[in-house]
Order: sequence, then structure tokens, then C-alpha cells
Amino acid sequence: MSMFDFISIGKWFEGIINWLREHAAFIFDTISMLVRGLLGGFQSILLAVPALVLVVAFAALAWWIAGRGMGIFGLLGFLLIMQMNLWRQTMQTLSLVITAVVFALIIGIPVGIWASKSDKVQNVVRPILDFMQTLPAFVYLIPAVLFFRLGPVPGVIATLIFSLPPAVRLTNLGIRQVPLEIKEAALSFGATPRQMLIKAELPVALPTILAGVNQTIMLSLSMVVIAGMIGAGGLGNEVLKGITQLRIDVGFESGLAIVILAIYLDRLTQALGNSTQKK
Amino acid sequence: MAAIEIRDLYKIFGANPQRVFPMLEKGMTREEILDKTGNTVAINGVSFQIEQKEICVVMGLSGSGKSTLIRCLNRLVEPTRGDIFVDGKNIMEMNKHELLQMRRKTMSMVFQNFGLLPNRTVVDNVEFGMEVGGMEKEQRRKKAMDALSVVGLQGYEESYPHELSGGMKQRVGLARALANDPEVLLMDEAFSALDPLIRSQMQDELLDIQARLHKTIVFITHDLDEALNLGDRIVMLGPDGKIRQIGTPEQILSEPADDYVEAFVQNVDRTKVLTASTIMHRYPTITLPREGCSAAVRTMEKSTVSSVLAVDGDRRLLGIVTIEDAVEMRKQKERDIMKIVRNDLFTTRKETSIYDLLATAIETQYPIAVVDDNGKLMGAVDRATIMGEVNKLTDDEASPTVLSELDNGSEEVVRNEA
Repeated sequence: MSMFDFISIGKWFEGIINWLREHAAFIFDTISMLVRGLLGGFQSILLAVPALVLVVAFAALAWWIAGRGMGIFGLLGFLLIMQMNLWRQTMQTLSLVITAVVFALIIGIPVGIWASKSDKVQNVVRPILDFMQTLPAFVYLIPAVLFFRLGPVPGVIATLIFSLPPAVRLTNLGIRQVPLEIKEAALSFGATPRQMLIKAELPVALPTILAGVNQTIMLSLSMVVIAGMIGAGGLGNEVLKGITQLRIDVGFESGLAIVILAIYLDRLTQALGNSTQKK
Repeated sequence: MAAIEIRDLYKIFGANPQRVFPMLEKGMTREEILDKTGNTVAINGVSFQIEQKEICVVMGLSGSGKSTLIRCLNRLVEPTRGDIFVDGKNIMEMNKHELLQMRRKTMSMVFQNFGLLPNRTVVDNVEFGMEVGGMEKEQRRKKAMDALSVVGLQGYEESYPHELSGGMKQRVGLARALANDPEVLLMDEAFSALDPLIRSQMQDELLDIQARLHKTIVFITHDLDEALNLGDRIVMLGPDGKIRQIGTPEQILSEPADDYVEAFVQNVDRTKVLTASTIMHRYPTITLPREGCSAAVRTMEKSTVSSVLAVDGDRRLLGIVTIEDAVEMRKQKERDIMKIVRNDLFTTRKETSIYDLLATAIETQYPIAVVDDNGKLMGAVDRATIMGEVNKLTDDEASPTVLSELDNGSEEVVRNEA
């Protein structure tokens, strides 16, 4: 027992969490409802459409955005997932990712814009983002479970917190990197701050912002698997099953499905970023 | 009324700039103030006027505050002290709304590195100013197209900036600035990023456009040749952020105000800047038909020249009479002097540069007559003066050496080695 026992940081944090649970429950209920609604929506759409139709649609989308190679990859990849009987879990995981990414962007891009406009905001936001990114991913699961119990909702929340930083960082960076002369030109022609943002800064920063979106998606995908531990469902659940029951086949198959989904999402969003990139 | 009047303008960068003024009054230099306070004095009490429809070039080396100065004119940079009147209105007293309106209607700016939006096509870039000003799509498209044809970019409307060369990008920048028909164009080192050939081509085109559109143009440059070529008047800024001299290119060259300006202009090719008007002089004339060949001979004898220029009653140039022809005619008692008036002499305008007169001056045996738009004689330039002017520029050490001298030199070298 040390003499600094009275400063138990862990205990303090626990205290804060408990206080929030008691006094801010309505906030968490509202968030929970929003997440559940969106997630349910995506999931029911993705699962309502016949799998084969979706496979063809995904492949066509990839072909259109990222070229023929990705189109073929998408077709074969998603057919393989079907063959492995992991279609349902994959679509669940995809819904979790999409939901988390939507919220991450809704929060992250405006915060990034705000940070780009003010050094003070940037100085406050930056250490928070560092903290969010370096804290081991599993740690997010604890407060998520405490506030939102078990299931997909805390899974989405933990995922969104984990994947938020690149959206903020790259939006901030992208806008700060807009050449001074472009900003001056917009100002000199009488643009208001709002016109400056919408007509000059955001379009010029778009490739960088899309790189942030790409990273957010990739981070969500990795976190969604971890969130399987708190019952988020989807492929994470299968991976967990593989680990806990030492079933190599289940573990390998679900891992493979995650890789396919990851490559698909990554290449698609990267191609989207490149197509907007003009020197 | 001047288009723009700048009165006692200061811009001091850094925290708490007001504390710098007492130091400036005490006569402390820029460097001392920077050391002591960390403040940079960019513009140090500048006052001058820019006239309607002139090209006023603000010229200075980097760090002379010229880019800051031009940004004060539309308040992209907020001046620390001083007043700027545009069309008689003090822009320092404008509120946000008035300032926006001025930027949208009265002044446009062209930037060194173009400042084009990479995600927009050429025509969308040109529309930018009118778009933020809230003009209807159809109307602004039409104006943008007109502006593009002024700068010679028809057919490139749907290109993206990265597909264009530097010179073409700056044409887009110029079209964007011209599109809304502003009174004032602010051009910040507009051609400095272009390679020399394209650069002088763009200068000529700017002069061409100016001859048609008559804008008030404030042009910033660090390049003296560009300043001399474009400027109706040149404002020379010194390294201390103060004005050293204001004047026409000829005044700057022929009467530099101080050592700084003189050092600046000494390497300029004067023949390209000095014009016929600086070196032209009165030349003996005879007025026809009032005077005949006797008068012509007498005039030539009196002024010891071998020819006279013949003019009519309104001093319009008719031709030249040589001493040989006049004497011959007098011998033959011929009466009609018109028969010996030669019209194969060269004429020029007073704004022609000496450089452009050189070739003709070497070729012709007569003086070159300087006439105005109506053919009226203003004076004449002869070979001697042109050659004299060119000679002033000759660097004695670089000029050719006589062969005999060269031989002596080499013998010396040989001896030394032995």
C-alpha cells in the first residue's frame, strides 16, 4: 500500500462513469435509440435483398468506381463469403461499420473543420485524439458496456470512438493545407467565410478528407471485430467462437471474410479519393 | 480625382504594433525594432496616388513590403495605421458588408501562383467572383465566356487548371479578375512565376488588353525590366518599407532620386527604355510653299547641316531636301521646289524606344523624323545622338581590343614565363 493511495486515478474514473450513468441516462438512451435505429435500418436492407443480387451489385459498384479488377475481385470475394456460409455475419459486420462510420463522419468532419479554423480548438482536440488512438482498443469496451450494456449498440459506440480520430485529423489537415493563395483569391473576390468554406476550402481539401474517410472505415472494420467480445455480433462473433472453442476452421473462414471485406472497402474508398484528386 | 489615394500607410506585423510607432518616430531602423520588439515593419509611412486608368507599378525587392501594400488595398491585410481612399471612399471605414461589395464590384486581384481552384474547370474558375456575388448562372456564364475570349482562351472552357501551362493558367487568373468588369485590377507579381519568354508575351498582352479596357492597374513586381515595360508610373519601394521615388520609367532611369534607385537601374538596357522623345532635337525646316530653294540653301548653310525637313503651313512633314539637290536646282533656275522634296526618309513616333531605332539609324543617311498622330513634325533624331546614347552603355573592359595591343600583351606573358 503506497502513501498516495488516496489518488487512485482508476477509482476516480470509475466515479465519473457511475455519476454519468445515474445523472445522464437520458443522453445515453437517446444515443442508443439513434444508433439502434440506423443500424437496424442498414441491417434489414442488406439482409432483405437476396444475397446474389447484392453480390452482383457490389461487384458492379466496384467495377464502376475502382475498375474491372476490383469488380472481379468483389464478385469472387463475396461469392466465396456466401460459399463459406458467412453472408449473414458479413452483412451484420458491414452494417456495424457503416453505422459507426456515418456517426464518426457526422461528428468528425465538423470538429475537423472547427479545429482547422482555430489554433485553440486544434490544441485542445489534438491531445484528445492522441489519447483516443493510443488507448488500447479493448479499453473502450468497458465504458461502452457500462453505458449501453451488451450488444451491437455499445459495439458501434466503441467502434465510432476508435475510428473518429482520422476523420478529424485529416479534415483539419486538408483544410489547413489549402494553399494560401486560393484562400486569398476567394477572399479577394468577396467570398464570405461560409462561401470560402463551401466553395473553396472543402472542395480543395476533399482528397485529403476522403483519405480520412478511408482510414475511418478501415479502423472501424478492425474495431468491429474486437467488439464481437461484447456481443456486437457479425464476423467478430465468429472469430471469437474460433478462439474460445479453438476451432481453426471457423477462425480461418471468418478471418478470410474480414480480409475480403477490408480489401473491398479500402480499394473502393481509395479509388473514390483518387477520382476527385486533380492537381 | 485619383482612383486610389494612399495616405500615410503603416503595416506592422506582430503583437501590439502600436508600441512601435514611438520607436519609428525616434528614427530607429527596421532591424533595431525587430530585435527589440519582435515586430516587423512592413510598410513604413507610405503615401501616394494611383490615377484613373493608369498602370501603376509598385517595385521593390523581396521584403520591401510591396505584397503587403497591395493586400492593404482590398484589406486582405489590415493596415495598422493610415487611410486608403478608393473613388473618394475611405476603405478603412467600411463595414464588413461594404468591404465585400467593394471586393466583388470594384477591385479584382491576380495572384503570382494563380490561386485557381483545382477542382473547377476554367470557366467555373472564371465565374467564381460573380458566383459569390450572387449573379445568375446564365449571365455569369456569358460574362465568363467574354472574359475568356479577351485573354484568348476560347476553347479551353472545360479544361482543368492542371491541364494548362503556366501562361494559360495566368490567363485564367486574368480572365477571372476581368470577368466582373472591375475598375481596379490588383496584380501581385502576376507574371513572376512564368518563364521569361511567356512572361514578356504576357506583358505585351496586358498592355494590349489595357489599351482596349482602360482599367486602373496596380502591378507589383520585383523585376525592373517588367516595371519599365508596363508602368505608366513606377513607385520604388526601398528595403525599409518607404517610398524612394515615384515617377515615369524615363524619370526613374534618367533622374534616379538616390543611390538606392541608381544602383537598381544601372544595369538596365537604357536603349529599351529611353524613347525618341528623350533624344530628339529641333531640326532645321523650310515651310512650303512659302519658301523656295534659296531659303533651303540658306537655312542649311546657317545651321551647317546637309539637309532640311520640308513642312507645310501646319508643320505637317512633307519630306526632306538635301543640299546637293537644292544647289543643283538653284543653278538651273528651276522654280518648283516640290520636285526635289524626297519622301524616302524614315519617320517614327516619340514613344519608340532607341533600341527599335538602332537598325534604321545605321541604315539611313538622313535623320529620322519624329511625327505625331497627325503627321506633324515634332523633331528629329539623328544617327549621332543614337550612337552616342548606345555608346554610354559600353563597358570599356568588355569592348573589343585592337590586335596590336593584344600581341604586346601575349609577349609580356611569354616573357614572364621565361
